[in-house]
Amino acid sequence: MNFIDYYKALGIDKNASADDIKKAYRKLARKLHPDLNPDDKEAQKKFQQINEANEVLSDTEKRAKYDKYGKDWQHGGEYEKARQARSQQSYAGGGGPQFSGNFGEDDFSDFFASMFGGGQGGGGSRSQAKYRGQDFNAELHLPLHNAYKTHQQTLDISGKSIRITIPAGVENGQKIKLKGYGSPGVNGGPAGDLYIAFVIADDPHIKRLGNDLYMTKDLDLYDALLGSEVTIHTIDSIVKVKVKPETHNGSKIKLRAKGFPIYKKDGEFGDLYVTWQIKLPTQLTDAEKELFEQLKALRP
Amino acid sequence: MIDTLACCNYYNIEYSFITSLQQHGLLDITTIQETAFIPAHELQKLEKLIRLHYEMDINLEGIETVSYLLEKVAHLQDEMMHLKNRLRVYGEG
Repeated sequence: MNFIDYYKALGIDKNASADDIKKAYRKLARKLHPDLNPDDKEAQKKFQQINEANEVLSDTEKRAKYDKYGKDWQHGGEYEKARQARSQQSYAGGGGPQFSGNFGEDDFSDFFASMFGGGQGGGGSRSQAKYRGQDFNAELHLPLHNAYKTHQQTLDISGKSIRITIPAGVENGQKIKLKGYGSPGVNGGPAGDLYIAFVIADDPHIKRLGNDLYMTKDLDLYDALLGSEVTIHTIDSIVKVKVKPETHNGSKIKLRAKGFPIYKKDGEFGDLYVTWQIKLPTQLTDAEKELFEQLKALRP
Repeated sequence: MIDTLACCNYYNIEYSFITSLQQHGLLDITTIQETAFIPAHELQKLEKLIRLHYEMDINLEGIETVSYLLEKVAHLQDEMMHLKNRLRVYGEG
C-alpha cells in the first residue's frame, strides 16, 4: 500500500483554496469521467484517483488529517481517537461535489481506506439522488466451434452463478447485456448492467469472415488433374465434394450454406469457401520420373 | 414509460432541464394526453446527461457536442472491430 499524493493527483499546491480544489477536480473530471471515456480502463483508474483526492481535500477534517499524517498514514487511527475524544459533535458529512455514475462505491484505494475507513463521506447538493449502479464489462473467450452452436454457459459473477444462453453465430467483439448484473445502485437506484464481450479465438484450420467460412484443402496432384471426390471436414460435419478435372492450385469452390450460422436466424447459414492447395508428389522413383518425362515430351 | 415529473423528483432535477434536452434532440419524450413521459430505454441516457450537466458543469451545447463525439467514437470502435475481424481472415494460421 503506497502513499498517494492527492495534491499532485489534482495538480494543485498544498495551499490551494477550496475553490481551487473544486476547479481542479472539475477540470480533470471533464477529461477523465467514465461517461466520457467508455471502456478506457486507464482513464477510469485516474478518475478514481482524482475522485478520492477530491473526497479528502474538499472535506476540511479529512484534509487536516491528511495534511498532518499524509506520509505517516498508519498513525491516522490515533489521530481519529484523539479527535473523537475532543468533540462529541456528530459528523455531518461534507466535502465537495461528489461525482457518481459509472464507477463503484468501493473503488477507493487501500491507502484511503486505512486513513479514512473507506466508503464515501461526500455529498454535494445532489448527493441524495438515486443512480443506477455502474455497468460492468467482462470478456468471454470462446473457441470458434463453441460459437457455432447455441449453448448455455454458467458464469460466476461477483459470487453469483448465472446461466446464460449464447446464441449460435455470435461474432468476435459482439456484446450482450445482462440487465441488473452490474454494480448495485446508489441511494436505492437500480443496479447497473453487465456487458459481456465475446472474444472468439482464431481456428488454425478455418477462418471466419462474417457468416462465411474459409479453409484450405490439400489436393493430390492426380486428383487435381483427373478429377475426383474428396471429403471435407466442416465445423460440424463431413461433406463429400467433387473435384473437377484440371483443377488449378489456389482455385476456390463455394459450398453453399456450409458456413457459420447467422446470428438469431434459425436455420440460416453463410457459405464455406474451400481453396485447393495442390500437393506435388515428392521423392519420385525412377519409373515415375520416366513417366513424367514422357508426359513432358507430349507437351513440348 | 415514466412520468417526466416523477423523473424530476427522483433525480432531483428541474423540469426545464428535461424539456431543454428534448429541444436539443438529446432525449426522446412521448406525450400522451398532455402528460410527458420518458421511455424506459432513454433512462440510462438521461442519467448520463444529468451527470454531464449537473456534476461536470457542461452546458447543453457542450453536451450536444460530447454526445455527437461519443457516438462517433462508438461507431469508429465498431468499424475497427469489423476490420480487425476481416484482418484475421488474412492472418497466419
